[in-house]
This record gives sequence, structure tokens and C-alpha cells, in this order.
Amino acid sequence: MKGFSYLKGVSTLALDRGICTGCRICTEVCPHNLFYVAGGKAEILDTDLCMECGACALNCPAKAITVDAGVGCASGMINEWLASFNIGKKSRTGCC
Amino acid sequence: MAGFISWYPSKTDLKIPVISSQISCQDTVGSWKARWDFGRMSYIVPPGLYALGSPDENSHVVVTANYKMTYDLVRKALAGRDLWLLVLETYGINVWCAAGKGTFGTGELVRRVGAVRLSEIVTHRELILPLFGAAGVKGIEILRRCGFKVRFSTIRIEDLPEFLDRGKASGNVRELTFTAYERVILTPIELQTALRKAGPFLPLLFLAAGFFNGSFSLHHAVLALLAYFAAVISGAFISPLLLPWLPSPAFSIKGGVTGLVIGSFFSYLAGVVSPPLFAATTLMIAAFSSFLMLNFTGSTPYTSRSGVKKEMRWALPAQALCLVTGFITILIWRFL
Ligand code: SF4
Ligand code: SF4
Repeated sequence: MKGFSYLKGVSTLALDRGICTGCRICTEVCPHNLFYVAGGKAEILDTDLCMECGACALNCPAKAITVDAGVGCASGMINEWLASFNIGKKSRTGCC
Repeated sequence: MAGFISWYPSKTDLKIPVISSQISCQDTVGSWKARWDFGRMSYIVPPGLYALGSPDENSHVVVTANYKMTYDLVRKALAGRDLWLLVLETYGINVWCAAGKGTFGTGELVRRVGAVRLSEIVTHRELILPLFGAAGVKGIEILRRCGFKVRFSTIRIEDLPEFLDRGKASGNVRELTFTAYERVILTPIELQTALRKAGPFLPLLFLAAGFFNGSFSLHHAVLALLAYFAAVISGAFISPLLLPWLPSPAFSIKGGVTGLVIGSFFSYLAGVVSPPLFAATTLMIAAFSSFLMLNFTGSTPYTSRSGVKKEMRWALPAQALCLVTGFITILIWRFL
């Protein structure tokens, strides 16, 4: 995504190349096109561009990808945080 | 129901509505109302299977959410085609947010395919999903549980026809964008939320500022409200619009910078002459603008959860500190 990048060095995206089978599914689901497969194994282009949507980890058949997925949304997190203290509407744990 | 034409002449006892790809005036008005959050929550279409044009057993099955605006965009984009539209129950929420929440998810898709008896209606075994649905739908699980192969298509609905024609996504169809237009259409909801959440406090602000000098001054009261609106415009409209050009990747800094500019402009126009008061007003507007812009992270397609968490940890205290400093400065100035 040209021209847009968020904080560096925080993404929890990780790939275990040892168990990757090179099936290419991750290259088809990532909205940021962060994967490519070379020599039968997946590679991550740039971890800093990951928005932690979790699509790759959910769809990887080999479970080679892990990421702490969730919507990056401040108001959603404030709501979650308030809910954990039992304040605010508990039903609204997300932002939208 | 929006776009309903007739019932599909089905061989089975299933009732399938045939829908039009024409968007009526009412649909357009409705989508603007939804963007401004009037009755947004009830802006839904019933989940289920719909026929667009006159599809047969070989036609594509396109899966979407039951947020009416999404449903309208899909049927409009696919005008002139014959295909099936499978609408999932996402409680009126768009694909992206619903996938994150899991309502546009594996379980719902399997359930819906079964409920509409899709395997009796089409002979092929393929479902076309929006790419953003991949965060909630596990393709291999769908194949295993109901025999349908999931194909994730495009990000933008407008690119769907090309995907259907070429049978694959290519080039920029998969490239995410966040253009000025795409940002601006998100701002009404941000503005509306900011105003609604602050609603109960506005009369308070009005009175407190009005009685600031002892006897009530309408001038002060109105100025305080205007200062608040200036902060909202700065953080929920100007900052999102200027997003790529504002300094720092951190949203709170982007919002803060815009707030400083708008705030000093406001203080100048409002005729605030005393330097400490000028600084305090500007600082408070900047802090509020920064907070609102931090909230905009929820509407962008590139901010990560870990990033927002990290930013919030220092941004929220900093914003609070600025607000309190501004407030105390004003109090000191008043009583000295
Ligand atoms: S989806 Fe998983 S197994 Fe397949 S290529 Fe990507 S990382 Fe490897
Ligand atoms: S979590 Fe989402 S953005 Fe990050 S690599 Fe996976 S699919 Fe791409």
C-alpha cells in the first residue's frame, strides 16, 4: 500500500518456514500482498506493513503463520478496556 | 425489500427473490443516511439467497454481507449479469468489520449454504467471496464441511466484474488503496460519533464557559462551543483528509499537529489576546483533535492492533496531560 505505513517493529506476524508447504494460499488472502513463495516456501515481504487482520494465519493449512489478530481500532480497544473494568456497555466490545 | 422484482421460478419449494441491479433514489438517500449514522443499525437486508438477472445451475455464487450499503454496491456493480447472491447474516455490518468480529465467518457461511440448499440450486461447487472476508472465513474448512471451494476475489466491489470475467485477480485489483475520496466518505460517521458522544457535555461546557467571569456571557459560552467544533472538524475531518501528508506515522501526532494549526487559527479569530490563554485554548483543541484522529485508526485499512495498542499507551496520557494543563492555565489566568 503505497504512501501508508504505520508504526514499525510492532507487528506480531511470524512465519515458521519449516512447516510451510508452499501452497500459496497466504499469497491469495493477504490484502497487503505481503507474501510470496520462493523455492517452495513462503516469504514475508515486510512485516511492518502487516495490519494483523489474521486472514493468512486463519487460512494457512499448515498452521505455519501466527499473528495476534484483531482490528486496529482505538475506540474498540477503549471499549474493551472499559468493559474489563465493568464500565460502559459490555455488548460493545468492538468499534463497529 | 430493496430491489425486489419477483420470485424465482424454482423447481424446488425454495423461495428465492429475484432482485434488480437498479439503485433507486430511496437506496441512495438511505446510504447517505447510513453514512451519517441515522438508523444505521437497522440498515439491513434479510440474509439468504438472491437471484440477480436470470441465473441457472452454472452461474457464479457471490457471497456478501447483509449491510444494505454493501448489498446495494454489489448488485449495482454486477448489473447485467446473471448470478446468485448469497447474503450472510452479519447484523448489518460490512464485510471487513464483520470478518474481524467473526460474524462474516466460517460457521455462518456453512450454515447459510445449508439453509438455502445451495447444492440443489447450482451444480458447480464454488463460492466467490470478497478478499476482506478472508479474515473471518477459513477456506479449507468450508470445503471440508460443505463441499464448496472458496475463492477470495477482490478488495473493491467495483473490481468484481473484471475478476468474474478473467477468472482471477490481477495487478492492482488486489492492491489496497486509501484515496482522499475513500477517506472523506468515512468522515461523516466520525463527525457524528464525536458530536453524539460529547452531546451531554456540551450544555455543561456552554454554561461553565458562560459563567466563567461571574455573570453570564453569551459570547464566552458560544466561543467555547465553537472551540469544541473546531477541534471536531480538525480531528475528524481535516486530519483524515490530509492523512498521508501529515507528519509522523502516529495518528495522535497527525491529529495534534492539525489541531495546533486549527487551534491557533481559532484563538486568533476569536480574539484571544493574552498569550497564556491563547496557548491554553490551542493546546486543548490540539489534544482533542489528537484523540479524535487516534480513533480514526479504526477506519483505516492499514493500522495494526499491536501498533494502536502501543500508540495508545503514550498518546492517551499525553492528550490528558495537555487537556489538564490547558484547563489549569485557564483557571489560573482567571483567578490571578
Ligand atoms: S499458506 Fe501457509 S503453508 Fe501455504 S504457502 Fe503460505 S505459509 Fe506456506
Ligand atoms: S495478518 Fe493480514 S495483513 Fe498481516 S500478513 Fe496476514 S493477511 Fe496480511
